Amino acid sequence: MESASVTARPSRARADVIREFISKYGLFAVLLLLPVAYGIQDLRDDGDLSRLATNMKDGLSNGAIWALIAVGYTLVYGIIELINFAHGDLFMLGSFVAFSLMGTVGLTTSTGGIALFFGLLLILLISMMACGALNTMIERVGYRPLRSAPKLAPLITAVGFSFILQNVGLLWLGGSHHGVPDLIESQHRLFTIVGVPFTNGDILALAVTAPLVFVLVNFINFSRIGRAMRATAQDPQAARLMGISVDTTISFTFLLGGLMAGAAGLIYALYQTDVWFFAGFTAGLIAFTAAVMGGIGNLMGAVIGGLIIGIIQQISDNRIGTEWTPAIVFAYLVLIMVFRPQGILGEQTREAG
Amino acid sequence: MSAIAARFREVRAPGAAGGPLAGRLLATGAVLFAILLPFGFDSGSGFIEDCTVALFYVVMALGLNIVVGFAGLLDLGYVAFFAFGAYTMGWFGSGWFNSADIHIGVAEQAARLPGIHLNWLLILPLAALIAAFMGALLGFPTLRLRGDYIAIVTLAFGEIVHTTAVNSDEGVFGIGSFNLTNGRAGITPVDKIDLPLVERFTSLELRPWYWTALGLALFVLFVNVRLRDSRLGRAWVAIREDEVAAISMGVPTVRVKLLAYALGAALGGMAGTFYSSFVNTVNADQFEFSFSIFVLAMIILGGLGSIWGVVLGAIALTFINNRLIPDVLNDVPSKVGLDFDLTELGFGIFGFLLVIMMVLRPQGLIPESRHKAELAAAVEEGELATEAHA
Repeated sequence: MESASVTARPSRARADVIREFISKYGLFAVLLLLPVAYGIQDLRDDGDLSRLATNMKDGLSNGAIWALIAVGYTLVYGIIELINFAHGDLFMLGSFVAFSLMGTVGLTTSTGGIALFFGLLLILLISMMACGALNTMIERVGYRPLRSAPKLAPLITAVGFSFILQNVGLLWLGGSHHGVPDLIESQHRLFTIVGVPFTNGDILALAVTAPLVFVLVNFINFSRIGRAMRATAQDPQAARLMGISVDTTISFTFLLGGLMAGAAGLIYALYQTDVWFFAGFTAGLIAFTAAVMGGIGNLMGAVIGGLIIGIIQQISDNRIGTEWTPAIVFAYLVLIMVFRPQGILGEQTREAG
Repeated sequence: MSAIAARFREVRAPGAAGGPLAGRLLATGAVLFAILLPFGFDSGSGFIEDCTVALFYVVMALGLNIVVGFAGLLDLGYVAFFAFGAYTMGWFGSGWFNSADIHIGVAEQAARLPGIHLNWLLILPLAALIAAFMGALLGFPTLRLRGDYIAIVTLAFGEIVHTTAVNSDEGVFGIGSFNLTNGRAGITPVDKIDLPLVERFTSLELRPWYWTALGLALFVLFVNVRLRDSRLGRAWVAIREDEVAAISMGVPTVRVKLLAYALGAALGGMAGTFYSSFVNTVNADQFEFSFSIFVLAMIILGGLGSIWGVVLGAIALTFINNRLIPDVLNDVPSKVGLDFDLTELGFGIFGFLLVIMMVLRPQGLIPESRHKAELAAAVEEGELATEAHA
């Protein structure tokens, strides 16, 4: 609100209108920039949009992974207004758990049909539970003692945990990239719609993400503890007076976030067929961008934000160059903060107001 | 009322410029010790090198302390300003732009080489200006935001700068094919610092480097102390403690915040020019996120906003990182039967340190006097404080 005094000197009314317009549509204009620019370029080059459509489809599959991680950020932020910095690295450990379990369970590229399905389901459950437990533990050790401290304190602890988890990953599998056996033949083409090939990997990302998000949203909207979570998010003090155990509810929120991160870890390992101890850092930032874009604290916002970021990232990977993608995504993050800090679906929060 | 007034008097006293005699003597003694220290060691020794690096970190940490400690704006992209300083040195103090032929104030050796060669004393204010401008630029989108959103925007900014530095060896953002930064290979060699009236700096004689760094550190220390006791410093603390109250008291938050970013950034840029000349290279790997965290850990360890605490934190962490972990503790894991290289885990250890400090002693080793008073007040008012934050 302070910026009002900077921009609104000549004519208060006109400046207000412009600012309102920018805050309403600025973000959408920025979001459409890349797809539209490359769409026009494609049309001028060969009149065929299927390359752009393929980019967007790949982006959606990637985005499904970011969405699962972003949900973890948004849940935690919604309830205690903390950016859980360590969340990206938690996801990385989830992918490590999944990768290690593949050997333990005995899945190879030649494992067929039903055995593969149940094997992967088992791995999914274990990596989800491992990440959930770890996240709850981090909350207990690092954030709960600081509940009444100034807000910088838990944020700094979160940064600390991020580094600790990264180093756990480093100790576990070393500093190099690890190739994951391509169990599901993720590049195998299943069917093609208007020139856009759909592969096993795309279907896997969709088949895991959609039910999880569906269950999660319904759980939070309709279950008893989901209601407790929403109450705590609104007003912890009042929730406590209503007989809700605030600490348990917060722990449970971290558990849910961790479960999603674990699931994202498995999909990532299968889809990208590569795990690396440093993957969590970038992934975390991208997912956080997604959560902010959707409107932090808003579940569906996080999912939509994840999908959009996935598309932006894929277009940037494919057209500008993989090495520039982080810079592009983070530039988007800064632009969101400038134009619409409350995100696409979010309302004005205390933080972003 | 009178009790509150008394507390304020108590709080102001140790911070004020004419502090108690003991404090002044201690500071003078510390400075004298720092000036005379190199005479006790061989001029090319590793110890002097570590001390020089520690002083560089003191400058960085004091710069970050303005933003995080005084103004309470958590800046996780501080490495960007180090990068701006370093590249200013790399571009204007080396043979990098070898088609140009500009020499200002440089002595024999550099004067004969192609490229842009400005004297370090010219580059220093130039880098401060560039970094300050970028700092204000970064500050601008964060003005409307508070708390952890600022942390993320600054982090994103730092990562954009890092990514650009790494990849700008062939065009910027895929545009053109100009080699701007030489990526991870880096710009090397960089001109040695060339001060008037003294002998030329070499990489074997480290004492002049040490004293230059000490001079820079003392200058920054002076700036920090004066800023803390100034009107601006009080405005920073006011917005840190309660922004709404500060606004209603007439603190111009926009200008005050931008000044915090700009001044903090300027100090980071100055440190960057020194460091790149000292290590003789500017390469993109220096500008990783972990660097920002390393500097942040220093001011957390020392005490947010506490100038002497930050100095202590910077020196302590530099020696832990450069001496204790690689030399003293490195064979501990193998002794207890574990097989890993402790130096690889440096940042895990600093992460652990951040957590431990925050949970056990959030005010740092040498707490800022204002913080100390606040914590004392918080104990008095006990429940009230807990409720306000819950």
